[in-house]
Amino acid sequence: MMDSLYLAWRYIVFNRKKTITLITCISLVIFLPFALKSLLNESERQLMSRATTTPLLVGAKGNSLDLVMNSLYFSKEKPDFISMKSVDKIIDSGLALPIPLYIRFQAREHPIIGTSLDYFEFRNYKIKWGRAFAMLGECVVGAELATHLNLKVGDNLLSSPENLFDLAGVYPLKMTISGILDKTNSTDDSAVFVDLKTAWVIQGLGHGHQDVKKIEDSSVVLSQSKNLVTTSSKIKQYTEINIENLESFHFHGDPSIYPLTAIIAVPQDEKSATILRGRYLSEQQDQQIVRPKKIIEDLLGNIFRIKDFIDAIVLIVAIAMILAIFLVFSLSFRLRQKEINTIFHLGCNRATVFQLISAEILIIILASGVLCFLSLQILQHFQDRVVHTLFIS
Amino acid sequence: MININLLEFSYSDDGFHLSIPQLTINEAEKIAIIGPSGSGKTSLLKLISGILLPQKGKVSIDDVVINQFSDSDRRDYRIANIGFIFQDFELLDYLNTEDNIFHPYRITRALKLDAEVRSRANSLAQEMGIQGKMSRFTHTLSQGEKQRVAICRAMLPKPKLILADEATGNLDPTNKTKILDALFRSVDKSKATLIAVTHDHELLNRFDRVIDFKDYCLQDVA
Repeated sequence: MMDSLYLAWRYIVFNRKKTITLITCISLVIFLPFALKSLLNESERQLMSRATTTPLLVGAKGNSLDLVMNSLYFSKEKPDFISMKSVDKIIDSGLALPIPLYIRFQAREHPIIGTSLDYFEFRNYKIKWGRAFAMLGECVVGAELATHLNLKVGDNLLSSPENLFDLAGVYPLKMTISGILDKTNSTDDSAVFVDLKTAWVIQGLGHGHQDVKKIEDSSVVLSQSKNLVTTSSKIKQYTEINIENLESFHFHGDPSIYPLTAIIAVPQDEKSATILRGRYLSEQQDQQIVRPKKIIEDLLGNIFRIKDFIDAIVLIVAIAMILAIFLVFSLSFRLRQKEINTIFHLGCNRATVFQLISAEILIIILASGVLCFLSLQILQHFQDRVVHTLFIS
Repeated sequence: MININLLEFSYSDDGFHLSIPQLTINEAEKIAIIGPSGSGKTSLLKLISGILLPQKGKVSIDDVVINQFSDSDRRDYRIANIGFIFQDFELLDYLNTEDNIFHPYRITRALKLDAEVRSRANSLAQEMGIQGKMSRFTHTLSQGEKQRVAICRAMLPKPKLILADEATGNLDPTNKTKILDALFRSVDKSKATLIAVTHDHELLNRFDRVIDFKDYCLQDVA
C-alpha cells in the first residue's frame, strides 16, 4: 500500500495545478453546507441566548425588530426615542424593574451603551479588572474590546462624533476606563458601558465649562447681570471629566424628557409581566412592549425558511459538482489508459491498479477533507464576528 | 528455453490469425523478428509473455507452460522473469528516472526493493550512462536517454527473457547503434534471452537468428 501511496503522491505532486483545482472544488462542496449550518446555528445561539434572558423590552412604537436588534445586539438601526418618563412609569407600576438603555453613540466603532448599574446585575456580569463606573465620564468596557484596542483600567477612550461634517455638533468626550468586564461571549464583549448621564453628556445635554464668574477675559463674557451671564463661543468647554472639573458639569432642561432608546423591563413574575404588557396594548400608546424571544423566533423562522431554500440550492450544486468531479476522474483515467496498459504489460495485477487509483482518490479526498476542516476551524474562530456582521449589524 | 508448440491465435473482432506450429528459442539467444505491419510480431511477444492467451497450443519458458497459469500468476511470472522494452519507451512522466527504473518493484509484491536492488540500479545506470540523470523527470531527457532508462527498468529485476518491441524505432541512427550496444552488453552480462521485433534490417546481422513473419505464416530464415 505504501508503494501505491508513493506513486499516487508523485502523480498528484506532478499534476499539482489540476490537483489543487480538484481539491478546492471538493472542499467547497463539503464546506458550503457545513459552513452555512454552522453560521446559522451560531446566529441562532447568539440571537436566542440574549433574547431568552431579556424578558420584556419597552420602546417607541414602530419596527419591533429594530428595537430588539438595537437593544440586545447594538445594531446600528436606531429605534425612535422614548423618554425617562417611561422609566418612572414602570417604577410607579411596581410591576417590573426598569433598566434604561440609550444606545446611540460609538467609540472607535464600538457601541456606547448608556445604562444603569442594574444592567450588570441583571446580566450577571462580573468586572474582571477595576470597578464599575461611579463618576460622570467613566466607562466599563467589554473584554474583547479591551483586548482588541489594548485598553487597561485608567486608559482613556474617546467617543466618536455622530457626524463628521456637523461643525456645531458636540465635542467628543474623553472617557476614563474604570473597569473591564469578564468575557461574556455576547455582544457586550465589544461594547462600552457608561452611565446614562455620561451618554447625555456625549449628546450635549449636559456639559462642563469654565466658571463664568471667574473669567477675566472681556471678549468671552458678553453680558452679565445678577442672574444671567452670557458668554461668547470662546468659553472653554471641557471634553474630559475629571475631579477638578466634575463640579462644572450640569444638565439643562427637564431630565424626565431626556432620551432613551429602550427599557429592559424585568417583571416580578409572570402575572406582573402580563399586566405590564396589557398596559401597552392601547392604540393611544406611543410606546410598545415586546417579548424579544418571540421577535427573534419569528426572525429565525424566516432565516431558516431561507436556509431550507439555500440547502436545496447547495444540494443541487453539490450533485452537479460531484458529477463534474466524477467526469474529471473518468476522463483523467481515460487519458491515462496508455499508462495503465503499460503497467499491465509489465505485470501489475488489477488489484494493484485499483489500489493505485484508489490511493490517488484517497489522497485527494483526504486533502479536501483537511482543507474543509481547516476552513471550518477558521470560520468557527471568526463566526462570532461573521454572524454579527451578517445577521445582527 | 522458450518452446511454442501448435500455437493458434486469433483476435475475435478481426480476421487476424496467427499459427505457429513449432518455435524453439534457446537460452541466451538473441532473436530478431521481422515482418510486415500486422503480421503478428507484437502479438507473438504478448503470447510469449502471457498478456495474450492462445486459443490452442502451448507457450512454455523453461518447461513452465505460461498459458496454463491463472491471470494473476501470469502477471507475477511476467514481472519477475520478463523485461519489456517498448518503441515509445512507456516511461511515466510524473516519475523521475530513478523512480521509473524502480517502477516494477512498486507495482508488485513479487519483487522486493531493497539495498541490493538499489545498488544494482546504480550500476545499471552507470553502464547505460544515465547515472547523472537519476533525479531528472523523463520529459527532460533525450530520446536516447529515455530508451536507456527503459532498458534499465527492464533489466533491473534480472529477467531471463527480454522482449523488445521496436526498441530502436524512435531513435536516430547514432542513438540506434548506441542503444543496441548497451542492450546487447546488458543482455550478455545477464545471460538473458532477447527477442526483438524490428523493422530495421541494418541491425539484423547483430542477432543470432532472424525470424520473418510473412502472411501470418511463420518462416525461420536462420
